[in-house]
Amino acid sequence: MSKLKLDKVNKQLGGLRILRDISLEIASGEFVVFVGPSGCGKSTLLRLIAGLESICAGDLLIDGRRVNDLEPRERGVGMVFQSYALYPHMSVYDNIGFGLKLAKTEKRSLRERVLETARVLQLDKLLQRKPKELSGGQRQRVAMGRAMAREPDILLFDEPLSNLDAALRVQMRNEIARLHASLGTTMIYVTHDQVEAMTLADKIVVLNAGRIEQVGSPRELYERPVSRFVAGFLGSPRMNFLPARLLAPGAHSLIETPALGRLAALPFDSSALAANSPLSLGIRPEHLALQKAPGDAGLRVVGVEYLGCETYVHLDVGEDEPLICRCAATAEWRQGDRVELQPELANLHLFDADGNALPRHPTPDAATLRALAQGYA
Amino acid sequence: MNLRLLKKALLRLGFCGAIGVLLLYAVFPFYYAVLTSLKPSSALFQVSYWLDKPDFSNYAAVLQQASFLQAIGNSVFVAVCVVALALFLSLTAAYALGRVKFRGRATVLLLVLGVSMFPQVAVLSGLFEVIRALGLYNSAWALILSYTIFTLPFTVWVLTTFIGQLPGELEEAAIMDGASPWVALTRVLLPLLWPALVTTGLLAFIAAWNEFLFALTFTLTDQERTVPVAIALISGGSQHELPWGLLMAASVMVTVPLVLLVLVFQRRIVSGLTTGALKG
Repeated sequence: MSKLKLDKVNKQLGGLRILRDISLEIASGEFVVFVGPSGCGKSTLLRLIAGLESICAGDLLIDGRRVNDLEPRERGVGMVFQSYALYPHMSVYDNIGFGLKLAKTEKRSLRERVLETARVLQLDKLLQRKPKELSGGQRQRVAMGRAMAREPDILLFDEPLSNLDAALRVQMRNEIARLHASLGTTMIYVTHDQVEAMTLADKIVVLNAGRIEQVGSPRELYERPVSRFVAGFLGSPRMNFLPARLLAPGAHSLIETPALGRLAALPFDSSALAANSPLSLGIRPEHLALQKAPGDAGLRVVGVEYLGCETYVHLDVGEDEPLICRCAATAEWRQGDRVELQPELANLHLFDADGNALPRHPTPDAATLRALAQGYA
Repeated sequence: MNLRLLKKALLRLGFCGAIGVLLLYAVFPFYYAVLTSLKPSSALFQVSYWLDKPDFSNYAAVLQQASFLQAIGNSVFVAVCVVALALFLSLTAAYALGRVKFRGRATVLLLVLGVSMFPQVAVLSGLFEVIRALGLYNSAWALILSYTIFTLPFTVWVLTTFIGQLPGELEEAAIMDGASPWVALTRVLLPLLWPALVTTGLLAFIAAWNEFLFALTFTLTDQERTVPVAIALISGGSQHELPWGLLMAASVMVTVPLVLLVLVFQRRIVSGLTTGALKG
């Protein structure tokens, strides 16, 4: 049975539909990350689960029980807020123990639980301090301790690391992952940082304009995005999109793009579309290889970004944005060079005019691809 | 170079001079009242700005009047009740107005502000009827009721602003910890609102302590009078004699506690006036 289930959940605020028909199942012990651009409704969804916002339509079930009308404390959830929201007038000990105290926990077991929580989060030595005497990372840990102390079945995180500097963010990210591994609690985590999403999640939920775009493992989402939005949202630098035209619809597509010319035998089923339909070809920067072009042929290099571990080469393809290609750090391309592109055909993405990914053939291995290519030629 | 030094010195002199004028303007009347209260009535009309030998006969005379002591007691009772009542009501109202989103919130706030614009005299006769109808005439409760009416708009506005400035996630964190709205207000928000409460409470106290018109109208006997009325009714030996010394001694005695209160809470007030920077 799923730990948490959302069934066609809707949220409206003053005529504005913030969430539309959200249906989602979360298994016990799973680490689920909600990502999306700002304003997509991911924080609202988290607050609905927490019980801080009311649900307009649909059902929210925890352990099979409908909890729509239950108070936050009755739902068995704990939450870590973006600004930590520690009680400034209480010591770390009282911050962590506040919920237990309100639940009328017996004094001895309250003390044990607070000390145990503090031990797990390495806060033992800070228990008597006030929040203002703590560093950012320590405050973050206290906020987690406060959410954990009542031993909730589900822990909610609302962009918990966005107030920390980059180095600390990486450290706390690892700590949260470690915590999830050791506690085994179901965790739901909201972020707009795709690195956090990719590294932490068992399951990523991509939201856009109040709808779920796609749910899946980080790998599924990265390698098989169902829409142009998901493809463009995950990955940095983001996926390149080139306008394309469908020449011959069929089980395997033949397309033409201004920048790359004709591409034959792509592993996409385009039989539902008409010939000459506009398409969008997606190529991740790492799935492009460059080769020196003779004379004035090929594409012009308009920019080179050297990052130490790798180099991004920007190519002019006649669009507003340059095509970005991820090369080895040792690549010695210069601005003004002419290059030819060699895309990895198996790793291309093809989207129709509405941004939906075209159906892809399962496991296109190299041998079939070659055979098919010969068939076309 | 010398010119610049001269300019600096002149500016400094002007600054000190301005402060001096301000101080003189603010403090001199009070200083002269203290001076007058410490003179025997024979020396009252000799203008002097320093006292060689203080004379406490005026204070002794005031303190011997039982009705004056009674009036101080009444004033303390009334002011304390007004502060307690106004703070309780305005805190709960401010929580609703500053935190709960409901239709017509702005209207309510404007109404509250609008009520406070009526001059006391305008509502005097109406309020008198209300107090008669409630059977509160000539009792301390008549004053507590009327002062609370006039204090509430101010305290509600100030506290609403303060509560609005506290981060909303703080209260939500308390709700996630299982706190009811009352617990969230008293255990989480209230400790952060102390400076604001002290500031508004003190101002409400001063207003109730100094009020004259209602106190004069709604009370009749010495047993129920408050200090401002009692002072006004201090009379001399004959109809044509004003006992300045007694009046000043009484005034100083009722002002000094206020000054002390303000001095004690001064730091709180200042931090109360700048509590925007509350973070984490």
